[in-house]
Amino acid sequence: MKTSAAETEHIELRLLVEAIYRKYHYDFRDYSSASLKRRLVQARDRFHCASFSALQELVLHDPDVLPQMLGFLTVQVSEMFRDPAFFLTLREQVLPHLRTYPSLKVWVAGCSSGEELYSLAILFREEGLGERTLFYATDINPEALRKAEAGVYEADRIPLFTSNHRLSGGKSSLSDYYTAAYGNAILDKSLRKRTVFSDHSLVSDAVFAEVQLVCCRNVLIYFNRDLQDRAVGLFRDSLVRKGFLGLGSRESLHFSAHAEAFTPFARNERIYQKTV
Amino acid sequence: MNHEPVRQAAAAVVIGASAGAVEALLRILPELPPDYPLPLLIVVHLPPDRESTLAALLDARCRITVKEAEDKEPILPGMAYLAPPDYHLLVEPDFHLSLSSEEQVLYSRPSIDVLFESAADAYGTALAGIILTGANSDGAKGLRAVAASGGIALVQSPDCAEATAMPAAALAACPSAQGLSLAEITGVLKNELPHQLK
Repeated sequence: MKTSAAETEHIELRLLVEAIYRKYHYDFRDYSSASLKRRLVQARDRFHCASFSALQELVLHDPDVLPQMLGFLTVQVSEMFRDPAFFLTLREQVLPHLRTYPSLKVWVAGCSSGEELYSLAILFREEGLGERTLFYATDINPEALRKAEAGVYEADRIPLFTSNHRLSGGKSSLSDYYTAAYGNAILDKSLRKRTVFSDHSLVSDAVFAEVQLVCCRNVLIYFNRDLQDRAVGLFRDSLVRKGFLGLGSRESLHFSAHAEAFTPFARNERIYQKTV
Repeated sequence: MNHEPVRQAAAAVVIGASAGAVEALLRILPELPPDYPLPLLIVVHLPPDRESTLAALLDARCRITVKEAEDKEPILPGMAYLAPPDYHLLVEPDFHLSLSSEEQVLYSRPSIDVLFESAADAYGTALAGIILTGANSDGAKGLRAVAASGGIALVQSPDCAEATAMPAAALAACPSAQGLSLAEITGVLKNELPHQLK
């Protein structure tokens, strides 16, 4: 049995999320409760509020707080070439299919600060597909999109990125793609010259392009099952027939309402192919 | 074919362990009968190399089913769910599992605290938390949350644990927790918790 304090806190959390939706039209109502609560506890402590109700009052009356709130509400943990086996499989097994298209569109859904986008841009360039590919990098968080567009990462993250890149079958040196300056690695801006950065919500927005590949890794785990279904429905509608969907290493379409629209293409790497 | 749908249990056991975890779990889990009425949710600190054989290893030695947790999976009795490497494992209020790749907590992902705190929210009084051997302080805060929500807190006595730091930190953070040997913990799991957690 839940304690009465936990019940009260749960009510306050639902009201806070509802308030953010009504006032600012950012809709977190169908996010997974457990991790959403963790992040809102961090926000509550950061703003020195005694309760979610107090945080709700602050958010409603001080619009300047919203950008910081979005930083707590969206998860921005990523790395370049995270799960190298995923990128190796993309390189060796998916790209031979994509190569048959005269022009390519790739959607990085929930791109956060851009690590995944740049990994794909480098991979596609190494495989000679850079010039015929257009990338769409979308997120709901404007601050994350700004970071993604800037392509500047702390230098101390580079050794991990470099090792991941090598394990992903990288054909060049990662250092070919960045300049080190003032403790940062600044990615070569030619990597994003064929990228459209855009504000797009998997909760409320529609399909905007027909694409051959969707990468949406470690985004769906923050959604409840209804919202997961909505997002995967968008991917299905956006993908061409025989298009590919890449998920995070522990995500699957196992419980999805759209499972029948996809077939596992590389089971361990969580790459699916649209069947219809 | 007219099967009764298996109902999600409204009670559960959460277990956290680090150094020495595999040995300790192999002493406890094989003792549980195949129709054990509670689900077990387990975090073991492992290197984040994305491929873990622990679930398969335990499953082969147990009569309950041991598997790696999947995102949004319903939590069923008689099952043991292991947090996958490099993901936090959380319990949703509707008794489903969620994964998260949020930041490490106390240098750990999966984090015992994250599992225990979310489980305390979801199950309240119908939860037992068990901290076993380990060499850091993850789980102490989580066990305190379990006890604060009216759940049962158990700790492997540091003097019979392979690594003492984790159970010692848990006992310090949660003075109401009982320190027990592995044999005693197994006995409580088998004979007492199924009646106590309702």
